[in-house]
Amino acid sequence: MSQATKIMHQSHHRSFLSRKYSWQVGYLVFLTLILANLFCRPINAVVFSPKHFTLPNGMQVVIVTNRNAPVVSHMVWYEVGAADEPAGQSGLAHLLEHLMFKGTKLVPNGQFSKIVARNGGIDNAFTSHDYTAFFQMVSREKLELVMKLEADRMRNLALNEKQILLERDVVLEERATRTDNSPAAQLYEAKQATLYINHPYRNPIIGWRHEIKELSSKQLLQFYNRFYVPNNAILVVSGDVSIAELRPLAKKYYGVIPRGPKIIRKRLREPPHNAPRRVTLVSARAGQSQLTRTYIAPSYRTAQGIEAYALEILADILGGGTRSRLFRKLVINASIAASVMAYYDPNAYDFGEFNIFVSPRSGASLETLELAVNQEIQFILEQGVTKEEVKRSVRALVTSAVFARDSVSAAPNIIGRALTTGQTIADIEAWPERLQKVKVKDVLDAAKKVLRSRNSVTSILKSSKDG
Amino acid sequence: MGRVYRTSKIFLALILPLFYSLPSNAIDIREVKSKMGVTAWLVENQNTPVISVAFTFRSGSISDPVGKEGRASFVAAMLDQGAGDLDAESFQARLEDLSISLRFNAGIESFSGTLYTLKKNSSEAFNLLSLALTKPRFEKKTVRRVREQIIARLKSNLERPEVIASRAWYNNVFKNHAYGRPVGGSVGSLTKVSVQDLRQFVLEKLTKDKLIIGVSGSISASELSPQLDKIFGILPVFRKEKEFPKPNLLTIEKPIVIKRDVPQSTVIFGQLAVQRNHPDWYATYIMNRILGGRGFSSRLMEEIREKRGLAYGVSSWLRPFEKIGLITGNVATKNSRVNESLKIIKDEWRKAAVLGFSNKELENAKKYINGSFPLTLTSTRKIAGVLANIQYNRLGINYLTRRRFLINSVTIDHLNRVAKRILSPSLLSIVIVGEPTNLSSIEVPMKTPYGSN
Repeated sequence: MSQATKIMHQSHHRSFLSRKYSWQVGYLVFLTLILANLFCRPINAVVFSPKHFTLPNGMQVVIVTNRNAPVVSHMVWYEVGAADEPAGQSGLAHLLEHLMFKGTKLVPNGQFSKIVARNGGIDNAFTSHDYTAFFQMVSREKLELVMKLEADRMRNLALNEKQILLERDVVLEERATRTDNSPAAQLYEAKQATLYINHPYRNPIIGWRHEIKELSSKQLLQFYNRFYVPNNAILVVSGDVSIAELRPLAKKYYGVIPRGPKIIRKRLREPPHNAPRRVTLVSARAGQSQLTRTYIAPSYRTAQGIEAYALEILADILGGGTRSRLFRKLVINASIAASVMAYYDPNAYDFGEFNIFVSPRSGASLETLELAVNQEIQFILEQGVTKEEVKRSVRALVTSAVFARDSVSAAPNIIGRALTTGQTIADIEAWPERLQKVKVKDVLDAAKKVLRSRNSVTSILKSSKDG
Repeated sequence: MGRVYRTSKIFLALILPLFYSLPSNAIDIREVKSKMGVTAWLVENQNTPVISVAFTFRSGSISDPVGKEGRASFVAAMLDQGAGDLDAESFQARLEDLSISLRFNAGIESFSGTLYTLKKNSSEAFNLLSLALTKPRFEKKTVRRVREQIIARLKSNLERPEVIASRAWYNNVFKNHAYGRPVGGSVGSLTKVSVQDLRQFVLEKLTKDKLIIGVSGSISASELSPQLDKIFGILPVFRKEKEFPKPNLLTIEKPIVIKRDVPQSTVIFGQLAVQRNHPDWYATYIMNRILGGRGFSSRLMEEIREKRGLAYGVSSWLRPFEKIGLITGNVATKNSRVNESLKIIKDEWRKAAVLGFSNKELENAKKYINGSFPLTLTSTRKIAGVLANIQYNRLGINYLTRRRFLINSVTIDHLNRVAKRILSPSLLSIVIVGEPTNLSSIEVPMKTPYGSN
């Protein structure tokens, strides 16, 4: 992996929030970034061989058997996230995710995680704009226990005011840790709110501080009752278990939960973008200066034809590694950048984002760097990419799929994310095949469609210490 | 992730998995000895056509020359930047073309690396690793570029409250000892590291007598043996390491406050505990699990987050060095309530020391520690890492089968005796970064030797 990709600037990566966090798991954040790098793409079903069925109440079940260790990963994904919150209630989905651990009649007083722990398991949850997911990792004989616990809290959450107020404070502290204490994260927040003019992706997943403070039990319960139903949930299990073992358990615990009213995802739509935008943050605590250009792009779901796959290849060619154009030109030849990176994230329901990130070497200005980036983009728009570049990128991307099979947790994460953002298992299966179909012209067409300045925000972080 | 910070956390994370237990027959570890005397532990797994190698040299930033802190980290960043006939670009291109992941990382007392490759590319992967370890090029222009990249990243990390706090904490409790110096160095010290310094590290530290290897994946013992010679065979056999004295751990009498204009204060706390090879290790490990261990079951989490909503996260962990062992922890709380959080932490420290723990708490901790161990062995990468760390900690090849016994044999009396002996609120050294209010403390305007400027 190149220097460029090693420097994965965490706060710039559209990601998810998880309920637990401490610096002791700074290492986990690091690992997650590596995994995200390696496994952020859907993987061919030939790799995972997922099997799936749907319960009569509409809950989908997907299973990937992996006998590497006597362990199972059990995840429930709800097709609801921060972008589904009513206006003015930002942070609702994430706060509810926290509160899901507080208790039911059967498992009261925050016992959930403690029960999992004393059964030798780990558990957590995370929220994105499009999904909310809960997971446990346990030894195989504890699978039934966690299914029972997870099914119970799908419909039986019992909250009291005191718990809600305390957890709101916890989330406000979480917001301080993640965002208010970090200039890079504050800039990211400002950038997202500028990139999307109307669509709810403009709101931070954790919510705006003033809105978090106002979230009420009534709003939380309404949201819970509407979205936490089996027909809006996907069970993804992987590890040392077969479909024959899983099916009766899924029926017994999840199959008995009544179906809820049909849910249609409908969000505010984004108007056309007519003007490129810039946001700049100057801070004494910025550290190294940096520049990010973000273009709104299609997601897997909204892309036409194979353009999402062409954009994945474009990002790799432009700034995916040390062979990439930006690395060679800006880091090696011109010696003006310390690091560069291009990445495209198509794993979202409504929009993907295409990002270019650069930080200057000493002596080089951000202006010089931006000019060089613009020239490279212009060059691609005029000349396109080469056959050799496409071939090399496809080979590297397709190969990365094999590694995902080595881990128990990669499969359910990739599958859950794909299914909650509008993809199908067939789409996941076809990933390598579709990548291999991409031609030089597809990459050029995708570049022309997406790399338009009016689609973009340029965000600049500057250290006031640099003068 | 701060480089220094990250390094220390990885060190920690690598150690932690060893405290879990495993069904005795689940994993078959084989010791493989090559013709040239290189030894590796192997867990063969043919399920996926991939191979993971984890290796560690018993050396690290502790040997960085004074004024040249960050040298070992610099070497770690340079080893995949050109070797043998391949310059940096060609070397990286080869790795990328074959989807080989090769990483190096420096700790205070370890210099380690991981190789992750498809089986079909393993011969070339081993070849590249061998070149990286034995024939790194350290070309001037590459050294210059990488130095700037490291410094760029360091500058950002040095603004992060947890990095500032951690550096100040170690610097103050280990004054005048190498343990107090940051693995990642400072802008000034990195600038002073020369190509000669980098070469010297490779020559003196990457030697066979310091080497530990764990391998897992689609490779048999007879296939691995010749590869060990190919990769590590020509490393120098032996080089005596300079002995460092046992450090004298100082106590920060009043919390040090490093002012930063942020709404939330970041706090690091810690004190003396025990080393990895101490007879009380397992009792101490269980003690930490109950007091502030990961997850939602700890007393600190219960008191600070669940009952009072004071923080998003609070935890403690053991930090064993070769010559000393610590228990440290952290919490981030809004400026106006730092005092309250600190008081609770001290109260919990005192309560555990005076009243001890309950049988139920001990049982639950054992169940978690034993039961969750298989979760750490779910990929070849994780397994290779565990193999390297069992060796690093000198626990013996049958450790995985003994481990459950070692955990289960800790009695409530032993646990409470250890808590009483170790935990002392007055010995807690505390560093705070932020703008805490209503706090009695010394204020230090961040001019420690390894500070941000």
